[in-house]
Amino acid sequence: MSTILTTTLIISAITSILAAILTAADRTVGNYGEVKLTINNEKTYTVEGGTSLLSTLRNEKIFIPSACGGKGSCGYCKVVVTEGGGPVLATELPLLTNEELAKNMRLSCQCKLKQDIKIEIPEELFNVKEYASTVVKMEKVTPTIKYLRFDLGNEEINFRPGQYVQLKAPAYEGNDEEVYRAYSVASSVNDKHAIELLIGYTGGIATTYVHQHLNVGDNVHINGPYGDFYYHEDDNGPIILAGAGTGMAPILSILKYMAENNINRETIFFFGAKTMSDLFMLEQIKYFEEKLPAFKFIATLSREESPDWNGDRGRVPDSIIKHVENGENYSAYLCGSPAMIDSIIKSLEEKNISLNKIYYDKF
Amino acid sequence: MIDVHPFVIFIASIFTSNMIFSNFLGMCSFIAVSKEIPTAIGLGVAVTMVLSFTTVLNYIVYWNILVPFGLEYLMYIVFILVIAAFVQLLEMVMERYLSNLYYALGIFLPLITVNCAILGVSLFMVARQYDFLQTFMFSVGSGIGWALAITAMAGIRSKLNENSIPEGLRGAPITLIITGIMALAFIGFSGMVQIQ
Repeated sequence: MSTILTTTLIISAITSILAAILTAADRTVGNYGEVKLTINNEKTYTVEGGTSLLSTLRNEKIFIPSACGGKGSCGYCKVVVTEGGGPVLATELPLLTNEELAKNMRLSCQCKLKQDIKIEIPEELFNVKEYASTVVKMEKVTPTIKYLRFDLGNEEINFRPGQYVQLKAPAYEGNDEEVYRAYSVASSVNDKHAIELLIGYTGGIATTYVHQHLNVGDNVHINGPYGDFYYHEDDNGPIILAGAGTGMAPILSILKYMAENNINRETIFFFGAKTMSDLFMLEQIKYFEEKLPAFKFIATLSREESPDWNGDRGRVPDSIIKHVENGENYSAYLCGSPAMIDSIIKSLEEKNISLNKIYYDKF
Repeated sequence: MIDVHPFVIFIASIFTSNMIFSNFLGMCSFIAVSKEIPTAIGLGVAVTMVLSFTTVLNYIVYWNILVPFGLEYLMYIVFILVIAAFVQLLEMVMERYLSNLYYALGIFLPLITVNCAILGVSLFMVARQYDFLQTFMFSVGSGIGWALAITAMAGIRSKLNENSIPEGLRGAPITLIITGIMALAFIGFSGMVQIQ
């Protein structure tokens, strides 16, 4: 009996002493006090030191895009640190190019606040807000893609057609990690009190949450808008839109914008899918065709065997080669997987479309 | 207590009783981090530092707390606790005052917590009944020995990049084979001094 007692006592004593030493060290050595954070040489915040730049900015309601939640693996949370960031860490190097290093870019999730710091972020990020939204509509549009509409209540979102938001998937049964994932907005920019998304099922943390756990009426945290993929009011030349699967979302937003503002540029939307059952939103497309006389929709199916399909078969790049004669003056908006975008860019170049007028969003 | 001069222990723990080549301890980080010389040196320095401090701390805890209460069987748990807490503390102090070294060592520092060479040295210190000075020399020597081994291996592996190695042997397998050959070479030292 006494052995058990002394054992417990000694172990507890040793653990408490070690814990006390560590706590004391954390309060003294690990305490960096208050530091001054200057953004774009304009705004100054006084914040608690010792935490990462990303979480400090989040506390100040400035949202830097981040998909991995501060683990240093996605590389989205890059900001320019002009002063007081300390040396670049080994954990950041694989995600920063030499050009970015020369511009003093850092991963804000890895950069710790230890002294007064000066950073530069794009103005648009001040527009990024966090919204507490409610799911008001949820519909399966193909066997793997869900269409969702989120109501933002009294809050208003201002974005450009083509940009994306981040959706927070909370911990759920079988997943104890909280993650943010990016989805392009499919709704119109004039639809300011709601957001519509297309989310495909991939078996990942967030898509499993949306497809298996989320119900109409549930509350979801969304922040945004982000992204440099959006519709450009350039020279009014013809446009190529191309996407596959959920890549239709930003293109829908662009088309809605064009329909609402009667922008009747010559437009071809190339959409790639496997079979006829993967085609969706056809009613909506039909509406665009009626509203915009110069708009054309071309679906390309890669695995359709039924003879009923009399549209294009094969891959989107082949369809582009087939339907576009001379691409000079064209601009192009692409949204899809990296492999798909790379192959589309190749066929666009073949048609003489200039690289600086090809805008794309790889996911 | 065995009667060996502390300096003999120091030399022996570097060469004849090298933690890697004669005890095969701390192999995981030895294989994982021996790809390049600079990182290998970094980890070697970190291991030497942590080894020297934790073994001495564990000596004090063992002889002044565990032995008087007859709780020697708790040494495994207590040693690991002390090592983990010390690494944590060292990390905080270094981040604040030696930030250059802290950034150079990066993720290696927390990894050391689970390096078995660290626990191994503390356990040998008990098993061989070393006194304080012997313990100190043994821990510093073992650290230097470990650092020497990983640096030598990194040197060999950086040369290996230029050779064509059969696909199945690339990476860890060839490293283990080389470790074995280096261990054979280190047997050459065994006539010099002997501590076990």
